[in-house]
Amino acid sequence: MHKSWWKIASIVLLGYTVVAGFLGEVPRLPLLQETIRNLYFHVCMWFAMMILFTVSVVNAVRYLRTFNLKYDIYARHFAVVAIVFGLLGYSTGAIWASYTWADPNKPAYNSFSTIARDPKLIGAAIALLVYFAYLILRDSIQDIDKKARISAVYNIFAYAILFPSIWILPRILPSLHPGNEDNPALDVKNDISGSMRIVFYPAVIGWTLLGVWIATLKIRFTLLKEKKMVS
Amino acid sequence: MNSAKKITTLLATFFLSLITFAQDKKTEMADMMKENGRIYVVVAVVLTILIGLILYMVRLDKKISRLEKEN
Repeated sequence: MHKSWWKIASIVLLGYTVVAGFLGEVPRLPLLQETIRNLYFHVCMWFAMMILFTVSVVNAVRYLRTFNLKYDIYARHFAVVAIVFGLLGYSTGAIWASYTWADPNKPAYNSFSTIARDPKLIGAAIALLVYFAYLILRDSIQDIDKKARISAVYNIFAYAILFPSIWILPRILPSLHPGNEDNPALDVKNDISGSMRIVFYPAVIGWTLLGVWIATLKIRFTLLKEKKMVS
Repeated sequence: MNSAKKITTLLATFFLSLITFAQDKKTEMADMMKENGRIYVVVAVVLTILIGLILYMVRLDKKISRLEKEN
């Protein structure tokens, strides 16, 4: 495999996440119960998404500085993988919410209107939609240089929307989602117990590296295709 | 077959049935897969999925590496 140490690290960390994530000690909390273990999966999806979007915007800036199309390809594929992680985070959150936030006396779909109005969810949905628009914008422009330049600029704009919509906006409004009170969404020092932190941090790194791996595979494949088209 | 052997066989079957009888109360087996509300089963399932996905990733990686070499 191509430069494989961090891929092996990703595999090891994810293996550790699954084993320690299911078997490790967790605080016993009412309502949450064992679903607190979703922290290692659901929350990590969002962390991986944010890191991958950051990599994407960095590459967009690099493109604008050098006009090397390679960076445009990097930016696009990191954004796509980040969107996939975002969708996974969203759908896992939906499952989790329907068993913890929903009124247990009513069927889950009855609580849907309350849950769907939660500002954190709407913020995340806005962020994802902005990035969907990024892909649509890209693929609607034929000229390669124009496509790269406009989408790089749009990428920066989308990144500037991402953090207000998932970090700031939900904090202003009341929300069911944890991390609404004063501290940033996850005050890892106080909100997460020590026994969970030793799984949570490796889990974030593991999932992020997996995302990077997928993105690099796509990038390498695209670069090959471009090379074939030129020659 | 002499009578001594017959008796031992009879006793052996008797004790065997006793053992199975004892098991009826609580079927205690040496399998950790059934402990802790069978959480280990979930771990095994998720690990299997993870290993499958990673093997797929590794295969893709190797394929692309081969393509890169050819070009």
